[in-house]
Amino acid sequence: MLTLSILIPLLASLGLFGWSNVTKEKARLVALGASTLSFLCLIIVWIGFDTGSEAPAFQSVAEVGWIDALGVAWRVGVDGMSLAVSLMSGLLFLCSIAWPAETKGRARQYYGWFLFLQGVSLGLFLSLDLLVFYVFFDLTLVGMYFLIGRWGHDQAEYAALKFFVYTLAGSLAILLAILGLVLANGTLTFDIRELIAVQPLGGTDLRSSLILFGFLVGFAIKTPLVPFHTWLPLAHVEAPGPASAVLAGVLLKMGTYGMVRIPFQMMRETFAAYAFPLAIVALVAILWGSLVALAQTNLKRRIAYTSVNHMGYTVLGIAAAGAMIGSESVRTLALSGAVTEMVAHGLITGALFLIAGSFYTRAGTYDLSRFGGLARLTPLLMVAYFLAAFASFGLPGLAGFVAEFQIFAGSFGVYPIVAAIGLLGLVITAALFLMMGQTIFFGETKPEIAAIKDLKPAEIWPLAVLLVLVVLIGIAPGWLLDLIQTGSAFAPFKTGGGPQ
Amino acid sequence: MMPIEDVLPEITVLVTAVAIVLLASFLPRRLQWVNAPVALAGLATATLLLLPQVNGEARATFSDTYALDMASIGGRLLILFATAVTVLLSPRWFATDQRHGEFYAMLLFSALGAMVLAGALDLLFVLIGVLLSSATGYVLAAYHRDWALSLEAGMKYFLVGALANTALALGATFLIGMLGGPGFGEMAAALSAGRASPLLLVGLGLVTIGMAYKLGAAPAHAWLPDVAEGAPAPSAAFLTVVPKIGAAIALARLVSLFPETDFAIRSLIAALAVITMTLGNLAALWQDDMRRMLGWSSVSQAGYLLMAVTVTSLTDHAIPALVTFLFGYAAANLTAFAAITHLRGRTDRGNYGGLLKTAPLPAIALIVAFLSLVGIPPLGGFVGKLELFLATIDGGYVWLAIAALVNTVVSLAYYLRFVTPMVLGPPSENVFQLGSWSRVATTVALVATIAIGLFGQLILGPVTGSVFLPT
Repeated sequence: MLTLSILIPLLASLGLFGWSNVTKEKARLVALGASTLSFLCLIIVWIGFDTGSEAPAFQSVAEVGWIDALGVAWRVGVDGMSLAVSLMSGLLFLCSIAWPAETKGRARQYYGWFLFLQGVSLGLFLSLDLLVFYVFFDLTLVGMYFLIGRWGHDQAEYAALKFFVYTLAGSLAILLAILGLVLANGTLTFDIRELIAVQPLGGTDLRSSLILFGFLVGFAIKTPLVPFHTWLPLAHVEAPGPASAVLAGVLLKMGTYGMVRIPFQMMRETFAAYAFPLAIVALVAILWGSLVALAQTNLKRRIAYTSVNHMGYTVLGIAAAGAMIGSESVRTLALSGAVTEMVAHGLITGALFLIAGSFYTRAGTYDLSRFGGLARLTPLLMVAYFLAAFASFGLPGLAGFVAEFQIFAGSFGVYPIVAAIGLLGLVITAALFLMMGQTIFFGETKPEIAAIKDLKPAEIWPLAVLLVLVVLIGIAPGWLLDLIQTGSAFAPFKTGGGPQ
Repeated sequence: MMPIEDVLPEITVLVTAVAIVLLASFLPRRLQWVNAPVALAGLATATLLLLPQVNGEARATFSDTYALDMASIGGRLLILFATAVTVLLSPRWFATDQRHGEFYAMLLFSALGAMVLAGALDLLFVLIGVLLSSATGYVLAAYHRDWALSLEAGMKYFLVGALANTALALGATFLIGMLGGPGFGEMAAALSAGRASPLLLVGLGLVTIGMAYKLGAAPAHAWLPDVAEGAPAPSAAFLTVVPKIGAAIALARLVSLFPETDFAIRSLIAALAVITMTLGNLAALWQDDMRRMLGWSSVSQAGYLLMAVTVTSLTDHAIPALVTFLFGYAAANLTAFAAITHLRGRTDRGNYGGLLKTAPLPAIALIVAFLSLVGIPPLGGFVGKLELFLATIDGGYVWLAIAALVNTVVSLAYYLRFVTPMVLGPPSENVFQLGSWSRVATTVALVATIAIGLFGQLILGPVTGSVFLPT
């Protein structure tokens, strides 16, 4: 079933690439259908998912041989973390595909690349084989390169190139680290389950440290953490709205997901030794991201930098969870917060970038100074914006709060000072979102944008789906937290004894 | 009684080549293309004769001068495949050349030289292989007799080659003199007993230069960009791929003779690897000519190839890395040159605008080939690079792997410089294509590039754990 949810979009995208002279409507229908089917497969897995305390580490596991000589196989399976993130990704892809996009006369290719990206993204989250994980990790770069390059705005070529080169550097660092980790294990296998069980490397000797460093740098570029974030604002500004939504909502999660799945789970002792520096880097990302966001006059750049800030929270949670100090329950809380943040940020920022896309299709610019007084003209857009913005800076009752509360509550138990300083980030993001909302919606209506229309139905329902979920998670987070905390990532671990 | 059946594939190639020489002199001008199917038939027969060796045990034949191990078999199969693709590219390209029938004979002789290199277990045999492959290579590069660029390419190839081959012959003399014989077996025995001497090291260095020439690696790489740019496009496809296959295997075999300690050969090769890949990549960054860029990229790929040579016999992954990387590289490079041939040698970057729209097949072939050369999964180049990194790290040369990583990132930039106009640029004037021969060749190479990635197990399986003669 998991394999199906990966293959359906991939095959459909191949079909779209090969199917010449198809109309835009048909291409969109095919894309919507494939995306929905893939999402349904995930729902079916979710329905059958056991969240009891006796649940196995990974569920719905399937395995087919591939390159036996290297111990590589097609292995898929989910634990709570990967299922939650994949569900979010599947939904976000569905909404982004449904979004009425400007396809520049190449609808077939546009939807084809979107489906391709959906397939490989889900493949990454669902894979239980490190090499297959890496394959999908690299393929997301190819998909995104073409989406940004072909359907982006003015500087799209440069942005796409920078994105590709930067993140390829990161992914190669990850490849070397993966190989180092696999070679440290006695038998040659890329099976994630086995590597978690064996814990091939421990301690802080040069080799373990280098390998951990490779993973962290690679994932930090993808996440992105300061100082590896410079590709992000450019890529976001130039990418079309739905591609931005997917880039922020899904692709950034690959960095934090990988961080939990690989270094955090496979090298617990080494990770614990370096958890504090990682927390400091996360703190820098939180503050830097929010401060720089505050200074931006471009709508999309501003949202992009808040992503740096939010991914900083996530990494802070992961670092706190990986440090072997503080009580077990506090660390579980921090990790749970980090994973919840992945889901919440995906939904919220996905919605925000779709909203930014709506602004662009209406006004043809992201420049904040060109907007003003839109409240009367576009009430629906305003409601959507403020709901997403409130959720983003963590207003109670919305999804962001659930995530950020857990992260900070957890990290206070581990790194109280770091967490206290990090709280500043929340204040700054609150300020910047409110100020941005004021600029856009209140005050004088500028004459050149006076003709702007409110949201169309095709824009309303993807936003509504995302935002309803944001509210739902905010009000009743229990079902999500139960799901997330099931399985491998949250399995208790004791020093020296391996996972129990 | 000589074990003739062990070299039947080589004999087939030789006989076919001789037959083509005869045929070409009797066939009228409009029927010169008939030599192409004849060459293809010969190559197919050789492949069929070679395949049974895959199942046999690794052994040496002809008084221990010729190896039938997996490296040799894999290499020779690849040489036959690459030659066949080149043959497919040629008939239309040379349609206006009234004497082009002999081109196929030259191709086959050159392929034979590379095959000898892949199997040689004797230094003199290596020398013969290099000379056969070089002498024919000059002709292939300069085959457009009336075109200055082609002649320049042939001339450069010849001049660098003359120097490098002299170095090789001289080095071989030193080695044979110091070690008491040309056979790899006796050399290995003498090396494990004796110690390093200056003369021995000089000889080894000279031999390495000779092999670097065939590989297109520093310090004898200067001919490659010119050949890629000026030689007839099918020759360029052949010369950037086939000699490398034989030379890489021969050099790896030679390195494996030397004990890990006492001899600085591995550090030397590692240094050459880094220099070669960096030089090739940096030079490729500034090219606005597609074929010249591919020539420099081919230099940098030789650098990656030397990584596998460096760790030969230090890790079990060295031979699989060498062979799979060769497969991935050969398929991708052939795809690129096949597409260029199909586009009638179109080479200026400015002329590639909007190609994805005007000529989808060659455009897709070029994009896939580039991505494979970078090592993007799941293409052939990825499996090769993966094995290469694995071998280098396992062999203890982590810094080499990191250098290759940095180089790979750089290489992405210049490949994308050519991809971007193809995908995003406005379509240029009419695109002329070469017809069905080269279309088939492009498709075959493209499918091979993808299949090597998806079915990597088929190559890796037999090669993994295989013996490297002489052991």
